[in-house]
Amino acid sequence: MSITTGQLSMMTAKELTRIILAKEELFILDVRNESDFNDWKIEGESIEIINIPYFELLDGVDAALDRIPDGKKVLVVCAKEGSSKFVAEQIFEVGRKNVYYLEGGMKSWSEHLEPVKIGDLKNGGSLYQFVRIGKGCLSYMVVSGGEAAVIDALRMTDVFEQFAKVQGADIKHTLDTHLHADHISGGRKLAEQTGATYWLPPKDADEVAFPYEKLEEGRAIMVGGTKIEIQPIYSPGHTIGSTSFIVDGQYLLTGDILFIESIGRPDLAGKAEDWVSDLRNTLYNRYKELSGDLIVLPAHFGKVTELGEGGRVMARLSDLYRNNPGLNIREEDTFRRTVTENLPPQPNAYQEIRQTNMGKITPSEDEQREMEIGPNRCAVHDK
Amino acid sequence: MQIDLIVDTKGLACPMPIVRAKKALDTLEVGQVMEVLSTDKGSVNDFQAWVKQTKHELIKHEEGNGIYKFYVKKV
Repeated sequence: MSITTGQLSMMTAKELTRIILAKEELFILDVRNESDFNDWKIEGESIEIINIPYFELLDGVDAALDRIPDGKKVLVVCAKEGSSKFVAEQIFEVGRKNVYYLEGGMKSWSEHLEPVKIGDLKNGGSLYQFVRIGKGCLSYMVVSGGEAAVIDALRMTDVFEQFAKVQGADIKHTLDTHLHADHISGGRKLAEQTGATYWLPPKDADEVAFPYEKLEEGRAIMVGGTKIEIQPIYSPGHTIGSTSFIVDGQYLLTGDILFIESIGRPDLAGKAEDWVSDLRNTLYNRYKELSGDLIVLPAHFGKVTELGEGGRVMARLSDLYRNNPGLNIREEDTFRRTVTENLPPQPNAYQEIRQTNMGKITPSEDEQREMEIGPNRCAVHDK
Repeated sequence: MQIDLIVDTKGLACPMPIVRAKKALDTLEVGQVMEVLSTDKGSVNDFQAWVKQTKHELIKHEEGNGIYKFYVKKV
């Protein structure tokens, strides 16, 4: 018989995701500085989180121990890993059990992608959603007849390549609903690595420094031998080129125009006033002409309450017309003020991110990681 | 400005720059100044927050060639 003395354990971003989605109780001690914590933190319905910067715990962790409930699973988190390990070791050494530190810190948390299946397609094949739970970004993969298309691919392109490989599919197309401002698109890189075609809305691509195929209303893209159509619908508002897709007549991919509990902000490309009426027209007229039975699949979520079963972010269009506050603003003037005034802060480094997505600058991997720190903040109701 | 102590934490990652700086600060007399060198970009915000919390004085900080320099006066 062996005696288990226990040891300090590491938790991966994947395991943390599982805990959050399973709504298991977890106590998090975030040891980053106060401003970084207030800006962005791990959230979940069953998560209790407090912030004590590691530099207040250099002489001992007594101040923290008083605030950590005994018997609960404890996760210590910092920006990269080092400081959380430093603090977690001390908590463990005074005899606390069930103490973990987050492998790779908030950087890993920001990069973790959780694939979930959204549903089957009518003529065979499936649609998958990739939930970037730490930052609130969503990508999609349409898989059919040995081919795949990836929509709003993220920087972590190996995840998509691996996933397609497991599905036995070749990535033929990568599409971006718009020129992103909160994260670096993986669309171009993924297309280059797989020989796929990269599609962008031309009105968002005025200044891009690379070749691309034009997403234009009426042009359909085929994925696989079975007839799966991706119909671009021109739906400006978040950016002038923003384009939505209807996949298989069942799913409406709305990009950053319409979210589950909010709507897109029109100011990230610097033209809020100009694009308010476009945004209103898209949400209150163009989408209204579509079938209410379409399942809305956005490019972001802003709150953990938008995560559904297994982490899926989806809702029927008709339900959103009933419940989404952004679709229920009767007065045009009230709408204008909602989407232009008192907006949340802009996403971290959003200007540089746009420049990167246009191919005008080419930051290193580390710099890209740094630029993407923080929440996406693409919705008007995010705070 | 007279520098009484130089603390070189180049190449070290969090939490070591502040751990070293704190140990060094403990050896200073009131009024003395230390210069802390770091290559850890992440420690810039932490350093400012730490000095503020300790109530000592961050005289200035500067960056050049990927090296961050902090000047802290013991109060």
